[in-house]
Parts: sequence; structure tokens; C-alpha cells
Amino acid sequence: MARGGDENKKHLTRIALIWMVLAVILTPMVYFVWGPHMPPGNMADNAEGQRFDNTVLATVATPVVLFIWVYFGYALVNFRRTAGDDTDGPPIKGHARFQAVWVGLTTFIVLSLFVFGTYELVAPKGAGTGSGASPIWTPAGYTDDQAKSTLFQVQVIGQQWRWTFRYPQYSGVQTTELVIPTGVPIQFNVTSLDVIHSFWAYQLGVKADANPGVNNISFVTVSRTGNFDIRCDELCGPLHGAMFSTGKAVSMGDFNVWMAAQLDKYAKVIPLLPPYATTYLPQVDGGYYDPSQDPLPPDATLPSTPAAPAAASPSPSS
Amino acid sequence: MIDEQTIEPAVSDGGDSSAPALEKGRSFWRRPNVLTGLIGGAVGYAIGHWLGNAIASSYQEVVGNGENNFALTLGYLIATLGWLGGLGILNYPLAKIIGLRPEPKYDEDRRLSRYFRYNLDHKVVGLQYLSAMLVYFFVAGLFALAVRSELLSPTRHLLSPETYVAVVGEHGTMMMMMMTSAILGPFGNYLVPLMIGSRRMAFPRLEALSFWITPAAFVVLVSGLIVGGFPTGWTGYAPLAIQAKQGQDAYLVAFGLMGTSMVLAGFNIVATMVNYRAPGMTYSRVPLFVWAMTITSMLMVLAAPVLVAATYMSLMDRTVQTALFDVNHGGSSYLWQNLYWFFGHPEVYILALPGFGIALELLPVFARKPAFAYKTAVAGMVGVGVLSFFVWQHHLFDSGINPDMRPVVMFTTELISIPTGIIYLVAIGTMWRAKLRITVPMLFILGGLFNFLLGGISGVFLSDVPADGVAHGSFFVMAHFHYTIMGGYIFFFIAGIYYWVPKMLGRRLSDRIGKWHFWLMFIAFNSTFLPLFAVGQLGMPRRVFQYAQALQGLNVWVSISAFALGLSLLVFVYNLLKSLIIDDKKPIEENPWQSRGLEWMTPTPPPVDNFRTVPLVVSGPYEYGTGAGPMAVFSATSATVAEGAETR
Amino acid sequence: MTKAQKTIGVLVPLALLLALVIWTFTWLIGYPPTVQAATTTPGEVNVTMQTVGTIGTGPHPEWVSYLIQQPDGSWTHSTVLQVPAHTKVHMTIQQYDTGSSLRNPLMNQVLGITDAANNGQPYGLWTDVIGHTFTIPELGISVPLPGIPDDSTNMCSVAPCAKSFDHNTVTFTFTTQGAGTYTWQCFVPCGVAYLAGFGGPMATLGYMNGILKVVA
Repeated sequence: MARGGDENKKHLTRIALIWMVLAVILTPMVYFVWGPHMPPGNMADNAEGQRFDNTVLATVATPVVLFIWVYFGYALVNFRRTAGDDTDGPPIKGHARFQAVWVGLTTFIVLSLFVFGTYELVAPKGAGTGSGASPIWTPAGYTDDQAKSTLFQVQVIGQQWRWTFRYPQYSGVQTTELVIPTGVPIQFNVTSLDVIHSFWAYQLGVKADANPGVNNISFVTVSRTGNFDIRCDELCGPLHGAMFSTGKAVSMGDFNVWMAAQLDKYAKVIPLLPPYATTYLPQVDGGYYDPSQDPLPPDATLPSTPAAPAAASPSPSS
Repeated sequence: MIDEQTIEPAVSDGGDSSAPALEKGRSFWRRPNVLTGLIGGAVGYAIGHWLGNAIASSYQEVVGNGENNFALTLGYLIATLGWLGGLGILNYPLAKIIGLRPEPKYDEDRRLSRYFRYNLDHKVVGLQYLSAMLVYFFVAGLFALAVRSELLSPTRHLLSPETYVAVVGEHGTMMMMMMTSAILGPFGNYLVPLMIGSRRMAFPRLEALSFWITPAAFVVLVSGLIVGGFPTGWTGYAPLAIQAKQGQDAYLVAFGLMGTSMVLAGFNIVATMVNYRAPGMTYSRVPLFVWAMTITSMLMVLAAPVLVAATYMSLMDRTVQTALFDVNHGGSSYLWQNLYWFFGHPEVYILALPGFGIALELLPVFARKPAFAYKTAVAGMVGVGVLSFFVWQHHLFDSGINPDMRPVVMFTTELISIPTGIIYLVAIGTMWRAKLRITVPMLFILGGLFNFLLGGISGVFLSDVPADGVAHGSFFVMAHFHYTIMGGYIFFFIAGIYYWVPKMLGRRLSDRIGKWHFWLMFIAFNSTFLPLFAVGQLGMPRRVFQYAQALQGLNVWVSISAFALGLSLLVFVYNLLKSLIIDDKKPIEENPWQSRGLEWMTPTPPPVDNFRTVPLVVSGPYEYGTGAGPMAVFSATSATVAEGAETR
Repeated sequence: MTKAQKTIGVLVPLALLLALVIWTFTWLIGYPPTVQAATTTPGEVNVTMQTVGTIGTGPHPEWVSYLIQQPDGSWTHSTVLQVPAHTKVHMTIQQYDTGSSLRNPLMNQVLGITDAANNGQPYGLWTDVIGHTFTIPELGISVPLPGIPDDSTNMCSVAPCAKSFDHNTVTFTFTTQGAGTYTWQCFVPCGVAYLAGFGGPMATLGYMNGILKVVA
């Protein structure tokens, strides 16, 4: 086993030099130049966190990738067979120290990334990812009893193939458009009425799967006003690609104005909605695939002829 | 492909009169073959379909929607039984069950027709697998081109929405499911006995059975398109799978069949590697390719049964109205995800490890140096295999699983980078001060290592839970797994083809066309998939037919590159057809790559029993530059089979 | 075999395979036909559709379905509709099916339209059984189509249905903006005997979901 030797030192030095020059130039560029422009932007705390995570990971990856590329490039130029030379190369079967350094270094990098990743998950209270029905890293004001929570609550209901949104703190009104206020911690309660969907608010950095019969909670605080894309991120049937909408983040004042208009617009349908709950399983009366769904509220009448129009406004919900 | 003459080794076989009488057997038309298999399949389908109708026609679900999933499922299953029975695979076990004593016979049939019937020679099975895998690959690739055609525009829709998700599902399922054994099937089966100095596999019947299940699975899967396609993609998530039309049954049955095939193939290889090594083939002389095959096989044996169970459960939900995945009746929408990914994650290492095996096997040959850190390499592969069972929940990071599991799984997933990095350690060490020969197989190895690096690094992004919050379910994931699987695994698969075809078929693929193939494919591949990292990070989810208008430019670029990639594969097909079939057979070197491997010390193509006498292994396969002699010696009492082998 | 023979032996199957690929691709891109709305006065078009309880013909006779009427009065089994941009679209939908309640009662309300009428009577909310809905989520339009009673004696069972059968007629108008492609669908769980009622016809173009092409 060859150890040291001028040959080894020469190649090592050259490779290290080329790598170091490239790494010193490119790594800061990744962090400082590319970093601020990394997706998904910084419209919300989660998005900023994800941007930062992407930046750090790319910054750590850059020297690693550069090393492999430099080495391969160098090897292809310098360790090539010269024409006519059919002999074998030096019988180097291993190098304990190099192996140990390599494994040690990769272990160190990996463990550091793990610590970093865990911190970035815990500190931002779940970092916008769906944390289940009982999240353990929660912002102040969160309680399991949602009626007592001081967080701004929005329920995201996924169904085939559109998103609707319910605001339990505003009479349980359900809207087809998501508007949220900036500057306050918001709790998304994501659930589904049929199959698995996934609520992905790209610029907010929120991604939470919508499972039927399950409440999946995710937190965000939005930093600036603006629009954000909502897309379904879990294949939910043929029109999965059509399941998108645009959400808006507005100031609290504008939000109140909007909400007043929604309460007015949906006043007639609110009494027909099932009471706000974190999950909505259908009432199935007889038969496994019976499509009978939620029962109508008790004071709605069921006329026997088809012609009667619905003019009634049922009593306001409590 | 094979003609009657074999390339005679330099020292001729003196003719051993004590060998058992080898027979050609009956004519192809008078014994079970693919045609009788097809008849059996058709009859089986009719029986199954009729039985399903008899049982389930009055089910409320069947009456309500007009589709009898039970009939279709039973039809597929009994068709497969009929196909296998028609091929004659069930004859031996049935004979034994009844109490007959069937005698296994050596099969010295050298006719081309032996590839079209049940054959116990592992080399025949290997070549059958190779042809089949190439067929599945190209069919799945065509589906991919259909997908990319649709994605040229976010508003003009070539395919209807349900056809689009069905085509996406067919592409993904055919690639992931059918191609799981793309390296292990052809090369594992062909080479493992040759590389360890054995004359046979431990369980040749299981091995042949594992192959013949795959055409049945392929036909079932493709037929899914005809009965309406399946809307779940290759991941088959329930409860959407329960809601789906009949195509879902095809997906589930095909996947269950392939899972079974994987288990059978896996058992065979592990048993062979452990028990059939030639004398002198100690564990530290076993080639890295065989180690990779063994570890892969262990993964298959342990993970695939979970998949078969999951598909069975989903089929039951769809046919006989159990509610395992239906939340409305006490089931869970998480159950499928967990079962599926418990298989699904080892599955991707079932794909990666054979690729590593080929890479590490070929590098010493083309570097003319021993494999660097052999024992560490094996430890790395074992580490990957073991760890792969502890990471599956990283596919569920956003799903609402128990939140405290996520740092744990993040940890184990990050840990997998370490043994995977060891593969690069070995590659780097082997290339250090080497005398690299840049042949076509070597080009594909290097290209594969380049691609896999990008794929692996993007995997680190995905293992970080917050960063996964952006990337999960988006085209970033798509780019990640295409880089690792197509950029890595398929490139290594092609390297294996270019490398071992001279041994298997006695012909070489054209180097000139091969270089065109490589460069076209490498450039087109990177051009296709590198932008997809950006597309995913910019917010495009997977499996969508409508996307943000702003991303159309990137998508058009990717689609055009995908067609270029298809073109490069046409170059490959051209090379295969021209060099292997059309061109006249030229005499080639016995061992064109001057490899030390034991598989190169047999005649080309190898006889049925591989080695006339059992070799005695005296040195390892990677002793380049040490001055060691050939890897094995053959007994002096019979003639030697390898050129220049010494006798003692 | 000579080289020429081998070449032919390879090219012929390849040509057949290519034909198979082309044929398969043509089959895959098969679409229900696009129905173009008839222009009555400039800036306005009329579209008439019907929803039926059982289509009665084709590969899935027991599935519910939409049909669109061609300008010449014949009915096409399709849900691909083409209308011009910046145009008022006057929709008339004849609803021949029985109904149920909605999975999401928000769609009991007429959304995005101000002048919906059922059998001539204006309505904004329907609390009774609903046969189907006409919903274009991306445009924020949703109209519930009231169902006929379960105990009706004069129910249509094979499409296209004639007006002599029990039905409700729903009319409404919406205005298209710029060019684009929009998917539309029904939100009543009317995929009978599929999980959640959203499989089968609900997931098949030409039955209960469709494409609206707005062309400039």
C-alpha cells in the first residue's frame, strides 16, 4: 500500500488547490448572491425559513459537489491511460486514514445538518409543515381546545376538486376564497372530505396533507400583504391539476372589511352548513357506498314537488 | 442472437466421457412454451372472470356502478396461474405433490427457441430478463413522452384529465415496478453463479418462475389502460385507490405479482451466494457486484411481502367491501401510506444498490487497479440496506403523522448519506493514480456517478423537514428520483449491457455508436431533468396537467429535451439491433476488457454447466497491479477452459 | 441469413411496432368532441345542456352524465364546450335526475351568478335535493341544479331525454373574460357506488366533468 510519496503529494496538492479556489469563490456566491433569491421567497415566516434552509443546504452542498467534480475532472485528465500502455496501475487497496477522514467528515456534515434541520423545524413551530392533530411545537396561544385558542383559525377543506375555507371565529362562514390577515399567528386546520389532498400555499411556505377524518394543523405568520398560490400537492383524482386557487394576505383592517362582506354574501347558506368541526365524516345510512351525505339541518323542509323555489332564510346560527 | 457455434477457448476441451448424457429435448412445438402459456392465460382469464361474476354480480356496489372489480381481479389472477401452468412451470411441483418422482434433466438445448419457454439455465433466464426489461423500459419511456407532450402547454390539453393521470401512472408504475429487477434480473441471474464459480443457481425453478411472472404483470398493467386507467400514480394511495375505476385493479394485481417475483428472485440469489461459492471463494474475494446483488435480494425478500400485503388489502377494499382504508368505516388513510412506503423506500435502494454494484465492479477493470477499500464498500452497501428500513416515513413528513417522529426519521434519512458516500469514496480511491480506459461502459459509469451525485444531494434537501416543506410532492422530487434512478441506475444498467454483452452473446456493441449514444443521452438527460429542480422549487406539483403560465418556458425546454433523450435511446436501439442482429458475426476477443473476473474465464457463450470442472479460487477479482495470476485454477484431470490458466 | 434478410427481419417488426405506438397515441388523445356555442346576437351565445340519471348507452350505461346540445338541436354526449371571450353566455340546463344532499353544503348556494332561475323562478339558494351542480371553480361560478323527486313516475332513463319527462329547467348567464381553458365539474356526490360519490362518471371527461375553452 503506497503511503505518502511525492506522486501522491503532488496530485493531492493540485486537487486541493483547484478545489479550494473554486470553493472559496462559489460557496459565498451561493450563500450571499443566490441565497436571497432562493425559493419560496420571504412573504411569511415559514417561507423565509424554507428559503434560509435551502440556502444553507445549497451552501453546504456546493463544496461537496465541487470536490467530486474537481476530482473527477482531474482524474480524467491526469490519471488516464497513455496510448499503448496496457499495464496495470499501482495496487492501492485502501488507505485507512483517508477512509477514516472521509467517513468522519461525512458523518460530521450529516449530523450537523440534522441538528440544523431539527432546530429549523422546532423553532418556527413546525415550519409550515402539517404537524398532525396534536402538534408539539406550537406558537403561544395555541391550545388543543380550539374554542379557547387565541390564534387566528382558518379551516382548509379539501374535496374533489376545489378548496373551500371556513372561519370558525366568524360564525363558521365558509368561503371559496382564502384571505388571511398579516402580522398575526395563523393556525390552519386542514382536512378533507373524501380522499387525500395536500394544501400547499407556496409563498407562505405551508404544506399540510388533507386527510379524511383527520385534522392536520400548520402554523404561519405572514409578513407582507400579497397574493399566494394555493395548489393541491397530493394526487387526488383526474382533476388534481385543476385544484388550485389564489389566496390573499391583507392587513387586519382590510380583512375585517372582506369578512363582513363574506358574512353578508353567505348569510343564507351558513345555517345549512354542518356545525364547525375539525373533521367531517359523512352520515352514512345503510350501504357502504351510499352517497347520502350530511343530513340537512332540522328546520329545512323537504317539499314533495320539485317546483317550489327556496325562498326561506332559516334562523341564524348560534 | 445466439448462433450454433460457440467461440472455442484456446485450449480445447478433451471431451469428458464421464459427463451425463446431455439432451436437446423435444421440439419446441411439442413442449410447453409461451404459446401454450398464452392459451393457458386466456383460459384462466375466462374462468376467473366467470367466477367473479358468479360471486359478485349481485353486490350492491357492482349493481350501482356497473363495474365488477372482483371479476376482473379474479380474471387476472387465474389468468396468471393459467399462463404459468401453460408454460409448464407447475408440472414439477404438481408431480412431486402427487407422488411421482420426476427426474431433473440437464438441458443442452442450444436452439434459439429455448428462450421462448420455461428454462432452468440461469443464463437463459438472464437473457430472457434482459430482453423483457428492455421492452418494459421502452414502453414506459413512450408513456413518458406522452406525458411530456401534454405538459408542453398549461392550457392546451392533448389528453383528457383522467387519461393524463392514467398515462403518468402507467409510466411510473412500469418503470418502478417492472424495472425493479432490471439489473438483478438480467445481470444478477446471469452473472452471480459465474462470478462465484458455481455451475448453477440454488433454486433455478424459482428463478425462472420469477421471470415468467413479469410478462403477466406487464400485460395486466398495460390492460389497465383499456379498462379505464388508474388515477393514483405509481404510489397507489388509498382512499383514492378505492374510488378508482377498474384500471386500479390492474395496477394492484400487477404490483402484487411483481412483489411475488421479487421475493422469489431474492431468495434464490441469497441462497446461491451463501451456499454455492467455489472452493477458495471466501467472502473477502466475492466480487462487489455479487455483494450488491445479495444485499439487494435481502431487501427484496424483506420488503416486497409488505407490498403484496398492502395490494391485497387494497384489492379487498375494492372487491369485497372491507374498509381497511376507508375512514368512514373505521379504516385509516395513513395505513396504505405506511405499508406502501415501508416497501417503497427499500425499493429505491433495491434499485440503487445493483447500480452501485455494477459501478464498483467495472471501475477496477477500467482503472486497472484494485477496488479501493473493498471491505468498507461492502460495509457501505450493508449500511444502506439496513438503514433503508428505517426511513420510510420521510415520505409522510407533511401528512400529519406524529410530529415527534419527524426529527427521528430526518436523522435516519440523513444518516443514509454516509454509506452512500462510501460508494463515492471507493470510486475516488479506485480512480486515484489509475490508468483509466475510457471505454463506452466506463463512460456510462462515469456519467452515472455524475448524475447520481446530483440526485443524492437533492435527496439531502428532501430529508430536511423544513426544506421538504417546499419540495415534497413537487417536480423537485421528480428531478431527484429521476437523477438517482434514471441518471444512476439506468446509466449503470446500460454500462452493464455494453460490458457484458461480449460475454453473453459473443458480439460487441459498436463503440462508435456507443459513444454517440452516451453523449447524446448524457446531455439530453441533464437538459431534461436539471430544470425540473427549478420547476419544483417554483411551485409546480407533480402529476398536474395545468400549471402556472410562468413555468411554460421551462416545461417546453424540458419536453423538447425529453424527446432528444428518446432519440438518444433510439441510437441505443440502433446499436443493439445493428451490432447484435444485423451485422455479420465478427470474431472478437475472448475477454475484450481484460477483466480478471471469474465470469470471463468460461467459453463464450458459457456451456450449460458454466465450468466443466469446479474452479479453485486462488486470488480475488481485483488484484490488478499486484502481479497475481488468474483468479482461479481448474483441476488438472479435466481439460482447462480458460486461456492460459495454470494447472498445479 | 444474409445481412439484407436480417435487416428486413428487424425493420418489419419495428414498423409494425411504430404503427402500434402511433395507433395507441391516437387512441389516448381521443377526446369527447368539442361543442361550439351558437352565437345569437353579437356578444351573446346560448348553450343548452341536460343532465341525465342514466346515460343508457355506451360503455357505462348506468352512469349519470351531462350532454350538450349542438346549434342544430341534436344532442352530443360531451362536456367539452367552446365559447368566445368577452361574451355573455346564456346557459339553459334541463335536469332530469333525482337528487341528494351535497357533501359540502356551500354549493347549495348560487355563486358568481346574479340571475339564476329554476323553472322560471329566480333563486339564490336551494335547500331541497340537488341533482347536480354546474361549477367552474376557477371562475367562482356554481349553480345547483335541483333534483326531481324520488317518487316521480315519469323518469327518463336513456339519454338524450325529451322534455316530456320530469325535469327542472335552470337558466343563468355568466360573462367570459379573456381566453383560457377552464375545467368544470359537478359537486353533488352522484358517482353512485364509488367512494364518497366522486368516482366513475365524476372522474371521467364527457360525463360529469368537462372543459370550457374560452377562445379569443
